Amino acid sequence: MAVTTTTTRPAVAPATARRGRRASRPLVVVGILAIWVVGWLLLRHRDTLALGKADLTPLHRWINDVNDTVGANRNTSPIFLYFFNEIRLVIDTLVTFVQGLIAQPSFGRPVPVLGWLGVVALVAYAAWAFANWRVALLAAAGFVLFGLQGLWRESMDTLALTLSAVLVALIFGIPLGIWAGLSDRFNRLITPVLDFMQTMPTFVYLAPLTLFFLIGPASATIATLIYAAPPAIRLTAHAIRSVPESPREATESLGATRWQTLTKVLLPLSKRTIVLGANQTIMAALSMVTIAALIDAPGLGKTVIKALQTLDVGTAFNAGLAIVVMAIVLDRVTTAASARVEEGRRHVGGRAERLRRPLLAAGGVAALVCAYLSYTYVWAAEFPSGFEVGSYVSRAASAVTDWAQGDVGTVTGGIKEAVTVGLLNPFQGFLSDSPWWLVGAVVVALAALLGSVRAAVTAAVCVGLLVATGLWQDSMSTLAMTIVATLLTMALGVLVGVWMGRNRLADRIIRPVLDAGQTMPAFVYLIPFLALFSATRFTAIVAAVVFAAPVAIKIIADGIRGVPETTVEAATAAGSSTWQLITKVQLPMARQALVLAANQGLIYVLSMVVVGALVGAGALGYDVVAGFSQNQLYGKGLAAGVAIVLLGIMLDRITSAAAQRSGGGTIPRYK
Amino acid sequence: MRLPISKGGRLAGVSVVTAVALALTGCGGAKIGASGDSGSGSGKCGTFNIAINPWVGYEANAAVLAYVAEKELGCKVTKKDLKEEVAWQGFGTGEVDAVVENWGHDDLKKKYIDDQKTAVSAGSTKVDGVIGWFVPPWMAKQYPDITDWKNLNKYADLFKTSESGGKGQILDGDPSFVTNDEALVKNLNLNYKVVYAGSEPALIQAFRQAEQKKTPLIGYFYDPQWFMSEVKLVKVNLPAYTPGCDADAEKIACDYPAYDLDKIVSKKFADANGPAYQLVKNFQWTNEDQNTVAKYIAQDKMSPEAAAKKWVEANQDKVKAWLPK
Repeated sequence: MAVTTTTTRPAVAPATARRGRRASRPLVVVGILAIWVVGWLLLRHRDTLALGKADLTPLHRWINDVNDTVGANRNTSPIFLYFFNEIRLVIDTLVTFVQGLIAQPSFGRPVPVLGWLGVVALVAYAAWAFANWRVALLAAAGFVLFGLQGLWRESMDTLALTLSAVLVALIFGIPLGIWAGLSDRFNRLITPVLDFMQTMPTFVYLAPLTLFFLIGPASATIATLIYAAPPAIRLTAHAIRSVPESPREATESLGATRWQTLTKVLLPLSKRTIVLGANQTIMAALSMVTIAALIDAPGLGKTVIKALQTLDVGTAFNAGLAIVVMAIVLDRVTTAASARVEEGRRHVGGRAERLRRPLLAAGGVAALVCAYLSYTYVWAAEFPSGFEVGSYVSRAASAVTDWAQGDVGTVTGGIKEAVTVGLLNPFQGFLSDSPWWLVGAVVVALAALLGSVRAAVTAAVCVGLLVATGLWQDSMSTLAMTIVATLLTMALGVLVGVWMGRNRLADRIIRPVLDAGQTMPAFVYLIPFLALFSATRFTAIVAAVVFAAPVAIKIIADGIRGVPETTVEAATAAGSSTWQLITKVQLPMARQALVLAANQGLIYVLSMVVVGALVGAGALGYDVVAGFSQNQLYGKGLAAGVAIVLLGIMLDRITSAAAQRSGGGTIPRYK
Repeated sequence: MRLPISKGGRLAGVSVVTAVALALTGCGGAKIGASGDSGSGSGKCGTFNIAINPWVGYEANAAVLAYVAEKELGCKVTKKDLKEEVAWQGFGTGEVDAVVENWGHDDLKKKYIDDQKTAVSAGSTKVDGVIGWFVPPWMAKQYPDITDWKNLNKYADLFKTSESGGKGQILDGDPSFVTNDEALVKNLNLNYKVVYAGSEPALIQAFRQAEQKKTPLIGYFYDPQWFMSEVKLVKVNLPAYTPGCDADAEKIACDYPAYDLDKIVSKKFADANGPAYQLVKNFQWTNEDQNTVAKYIAQDKMSPEAAAKKWVEANQDKVKAWLPK
């Protein structure tokens, strides 16, 4: 504990009490686990609350009835006529307008207002003006690539929808975030809502959304927005809260009003983090592209889904690659822009600033000329065909898939068997074959021991609600897979994270791969995975690890790099070997990062539960997907969605409390 | 630190010059709108909103209908990619006019045709749907008696996997389809466990590999399906279906019924009785026709429009019969 110098807040329990309890804590934990094993041996298969895949509970039927009633009253209820319809109209108009600008034929023209040349020029110019010339080049190259891939219109549709969703998310998210940053009470109120928005599987609200907002851009935008807005709110609140006390107090003592404090001190000081929030919102919005395509959202997602109907991995990969490139471009530009905000604050009015003005003006004129050209001439409006690289990309991806299907399968099958038989099956057996009250009691006791009384209360409430959803056994299967996937995520996270943290070059090479893992639509790589591991729970776990490991790796690499240079040098001078340096100095000192990585890894793994169900995970994820597809299972799907949220909240609160108690500091609550 | 500015300056200079040069040379290019846009969709047909459910056979039906509606009737066709439930919901809100291949879905029929009265049936497509348990062809050859359900327990050991807990595995698939498989396993006393692959691609991939590598697999599948023309799966015969044998979901011990795949349209669309509605109502073809178009799309990688064009041009007589009189 002594090495933990990064603790940001004193732990909750008084130090003396902690020391007294800690001595016996591991023993008690072992005792609880022993009781569980004995209980499992004696009471196996009793009170497991199993429910067949086609069976429903009264709660599920009741939700079905509510859903049907809403549907039946859609066209007569005043709430629909004067509230939802108005919202739909505004958002539809916004999206259609942006689409008309860059993606779809509009205003009586056979092509959009801006052609490819105009879009590329304006994007590059904006990247240069708000960030720097390097990301401007990257942006231009990325956008030209969309055209070369033969996906210009699809990419622009996706961009239009994403930008509209992000715009609306920020319009509401930033004020809400400011409020949450200023008011503790509002923050407490909104945190569970945000948890809910981020962990509730989209499939659950996709069908109801089309009932409320009809089929069209509005529903797709709102679906995207629900998932994408929370990071903006959280990071804004976090930014406002992290403004040091002294400037705030200073302005207040000078008699500034609250409004003045906000606009003159708080907002300027938190600008950088707020831009980062916008960045996370963009990333989250892009991860919704394929799901939104299920309700007719235009763009790249449709290409992916259509291709997968015929198992055409090549075409799906080509479109997936465009999504990844768009994500990387938008990420780098916004990150560079936030760094510029920081820098700009430090050097105001330097020589460079004076030089920059005329240059910016000249660049602006150039961009406008390009825009005009693309408005007027066909060659600048429609991306010239004939330089297609898309078909090469598709063919290469198909070849790799075929290779994977051929020979590698035998080796990977062995890995799958080992993990499933050695780890997953016994663990899942423990969780889902024990009586529910035994598992519940063990969870609550562990929460109290490792975390806090408060975490135990939360855990107890969650256990109770899980039972009420009628999906206890499915929840336990999902929990088992989640924990195994999180363990693998952390193993990978430590391995690669340490490497990246210690080696700049490795960092630079691996980082784009990580970005791809986070934004490539899962199904594109799941088809080859199915070839390697067949439709099993293990495939689902691998999918979750691919999505969750990048976050864990990035956080751990960051933590390792955060260890003070002097400490590392001192240890090296004292004759530590590399292994000792890593295990005795760097990892212990990056403890807070490790805890944060585990917590975020868990949440990310949970957000893949539904995708995992598409490749053999079964359990809660399958209930959700089936509920989206089959009318009579709707209620059950909704209940399963709630169960996933409950698991998320329970695991999050227990790990957070455990981290706080063990001196790892508080976990910043954002994604 | 300030290096970027000088480079940025050069960049701006270069881009201005390039842009001006482009502006000058570009003046020779074709102008937008000069060629004139052929105003389609001006006929009395108006807009025809057709839902596209996510499977290739459906897409084949829809592509041919859309092609004929556009070319012969002058409709403006809007295709909307939607899952079944969402598409049916669209009948009431006026967003969807027609669903052109429906697999049973008695629950949706009850909800939207009987209760909400927003949808009506537009008759059969004359394509027959079969749902059931299938094995890859190599298994049917090597174990000829496996196609009788009574022998399934004998082969249960073959189908064991890491997922099935010591029993044989029955791979269920697409969550969109109604399955009675858990009840079937129980009521037929089969030593099997139902495992949920969870999606159509996962199922197809499983069958494809089972045939390639000659590994055992039994699972839920259906016909017509484009994959059947790649690997002709063999159906396992469960106790024959008799009307009413599936009345009580928990006691089902019989095979799935044969599905007469039909078309559903919105009530408004039917009442207006426009040319597009009559086309949908008259539309009928065979499993072979659908498989042909599905093969163009899935295996020959043609766009749905191109596939439809090819088929329509080769089958003018069939298309004639669909057109409004």
